[in-house]
Amino acid sequence: MSKHHDEPLIELNGLFKTYDGAGFGAAKKKVHAVHDVSLTIMPGETLGLVGESGCGKSTTGRMAARLLQPSAGNITYRGRDLSLLRGRESKTMRKAIQYVFQDPYASLNPKFTIADLLEEPLRIHKLGDKAERRRQVDAMLETIGLNSSYARRYVHELSGGQRQRIGIARALMLKPEFLILDEPVSALDVSVQSQILNLLKDLQKQYGLTYLFISHDLNVVHYMSDRVAVMYMGKLVEIADVEGLYHAPFHPYTQALISAIPSEQRGKRSERRLLTGEIPDALSIPEGCSFHTRCPYVRDSCRRETPPIIGMGESRTVRCHLYPVDEGLDYGETKVALG
Amino acid sequence: MPLLTDWVKKAIEPEPSSQQRNCRLPEAGERDEDELLAVRNLSVNVKSSSRPVIEGIDLTVGRGEIVGIVGESGCGKSVLSLSIMGLLPSALKLGGGELRLNGQSLHQASQRQIRSMRGKHMSMIFQDPMTSLNPTLTIGEQLTESLRLHLKLGGREARERAVLWLRRTGLPRPEAILSSYPHQLSGGMRQRVMIAIALCCEPELLIADEPTTALDVTIQAQILDVLFRIREEEQTSILFISHDLGVIAELCDRVAVMYAGQIVEQGTVEELFESPQHPYTIGLMKSIPKPEKKGMRLYAIPGTVPSLHDRGEGCRFQSRCAHAAAICLDAMPALEHRGGSHAVRCFLASGERREMDV
Ligand SMILES: Nc1ncnc2c1ncn2[C@@H]1O[C@H](COP(=O)(O)OP(=O)(O)OP(=O)(O)O)[C@@H](O)[C@H]1O
Ligand SMILES: Nc1ncnc2c1ncn2[C@@H]1O[C@H](COP(=O)(O)OP(=O)(O)OP(=O)(O)O)[C@@H](O)[C@H]1O
Ligand SMILES: [Mg+2]
Ligand SMILES: [Mg+2]
Repeated sequence: MSKHHDEPLIELNGLFKTYDGAGFGAAKKKVHAVHDVSLTIMPGETLGLVGESGCGKSTTGRMAARLLQPSAGNITYRGRDLSLLRGRESKTMRKAIQYVFQDPYASLNPKFTIADLLEEPLRIHKLGDKAERRRQVDAMLETIGLNSSYARRYVHELSGGQRQRIGIARALMLKPEFLILDEPVSALDVSVQSQILNLLKDLQKQYGLTYLFISHDLNVVHYMSDRVAVMYMGKLVEIADVEGLYHAPFHPYTQALISAIPSEQRGKRSERRLLTGEIPDALSIPEGCSFHTRCPYVRDSCRRETPPIIGMGESRTVRCHLYPVDEGLDYGETKVALG
Repeated sequence: MPLLTDWVKKAIEPEPSSQQRNCRLPEAGERDEDELLAVRNLSVNVKSSSRPVIEGIDLTVGRGEIVGIVGESGCGKSVLSLSIMGLLPSALKLGGGELRLNGQSLHQASQRQIRSMRGKHMSMIFQDPMTSLNPTLTIGEQLTESLRLHLKLGGREARERAVLWLRRTGLPRPEAILSSYPHQLSGGMRQRVMIAIALCCEPELLIADEPTTALDVTIQAQILDVLFRIREEEQTSILFISHDLGVIAELCDRVAVMYAGQIVEQGTVEELFESPQHPYTIGLMKSIPKPEKKGMRLYAIPGTVPSLHDRGEGCRFQSRCAHAAAICLDAMPALEHRGGSHAVRCFLASGERREMDV
């Protein structure tokens, strides 16, 4: 596997996305779903993307998959600006990048057999004749661990885990290089979840796939990812390699996330740090640092100025006024985290 | 190995009857002062085929107790909760068994009686918040309606209480949310509105079906804290359904594990997490992704759950069980006491298999 090549596979550069909010006339507000997001993903790498519900994870993923047009910023794939590609090149790129939807129930047509569902992407891209396409469908079913009798079944006859596999299989039919996995295991019990995660790891090894892995479940993200990006209210607040992030989170929001991971070991409850303060929403993002209403280390500057993104060592960036550390001040636990 | 030690213990000291007494599992006709909800040998069937979706469910929720339910997707957790609330979909119907709240039968109650119990006596947070909120009414209308109806509060009082509960679930700008419609809120916000609606009448029993699945862990922690506090302050009983074993372990007093329509194991959180006995429960625990498993293959229970039509005579888990023997194919094990409040539905754990198999 070609992990950590020098050339990034995909780069998101300063992406913004604004939706028209609900309401009419003067009451109508813009939703700033994604704000200045820049990310680089190397070939063969898994980048985890975590953050609060509504913080813009799916929006970011859908822009990376070209399912959604950014309001500003650009995306380069193997060094080429995606928005400038035309014709055949554009088509090739559409095959190379695939998106696995958050909800397998809603995204698979109930009137199609499993075979039809899997064949459809090949048909749309006019690949192979009928017999060749059916052969590929059978091969794919085997890859994902379902025997060929499933080809004639319908989605409603499958369990949640099986449907999720069909969703992944459909994305794999076009032999993509880059998969955006939007909450692929959230609705599943832990045993079925393990089956899917193992499958994703196997496929990655087998085909050298690159993943953007979106999830709420921090244990799952830890297991799957090489690096993790943390989003809050449309902005990236921290990116670090996975062990660094989990063992020494820098951003106060990341710290709160890590300390809140539920655990089957009893008694951990008391150790967690509950955040207090008003939780903002995408329609009313606070001035200054978006996290300041809940941050235990808030200072005056946090209420006024948006913190810039700064590099902390080789593999970490953080967006917080506390950094770089100013020796004279007491940062409480942030200092501990810094070692 | 916990199975064996328990076995030995049982062989040495013959089952004392005192063990049965402090055990939460129901006896026929028994009713405990502390018992709020009693489910006895309940089954729910598909109307068209009369096949049971869930069957033989025995479950008690004490006053101020938090009971968790875990289990494979499709095993019947939501169907069980809907049957308690009297809200089964039209394709399903109650089969045999009993349902009691506060000693009062829900099974024989009329639709009107059940409706009068919803809200004030029992309420539910549904798995899917989008389909359970009315899209044509504002959040405020939906919240205050139930307060007026069940608590007979006046308009202003109802509004104040609605704001209070929205704030307690961590929602920003609760006053503004009162005048929004469901589609204007993100998934996580809708879920918290549902939680506020379910809690605002301070029910005796709250059924929470995956209430925190769409929320990030910091907000999840806040919701769990709210649930914990209403239990402490109001003695609210909670039936809590989740796939997340970490959340279950943190929140619950007791846990029931369901598989293919049945309870296969139940006990206190300690009993269940420290010495799980049913092979399905053991498999679930082994599947939890933990930091130390990074780079290793995750354990997954082999095979898939049998469909409603493929459930045979024997143990439902038999086709996926590494220890299955002849008897497991032929007979259905009963849910048996294993000391304390621990009960397991497995020949292996009960020792019966040994005798019959040798
Ligand atoms: N089509 C749309 N029109 C208007 N607002 C939208 C639209 N899609 C998303 N939003 C808003 O944009 C913000 C980001 O949404 P997004 O779906 O990207 O969040 P997310 O991080 O994926 O959340 P979740 O974890 O709940 O899936 C939210 O505030 C959401 O309400
Ligand atoms: N309206 C219905 N008609 C027929 N069968 C149904 C209906 N609703 C549910 N079922 C069946 O009942 C079984 C139990 O479903 P239920 O929704 O209770 O599962 P669950 O344990 O809540 O699963 P999940 O974890 O995925 O939410 C499933 O096999 C399902 O197919
Ligand atoms: Mg999303
Ligand atoms: Mg359910």
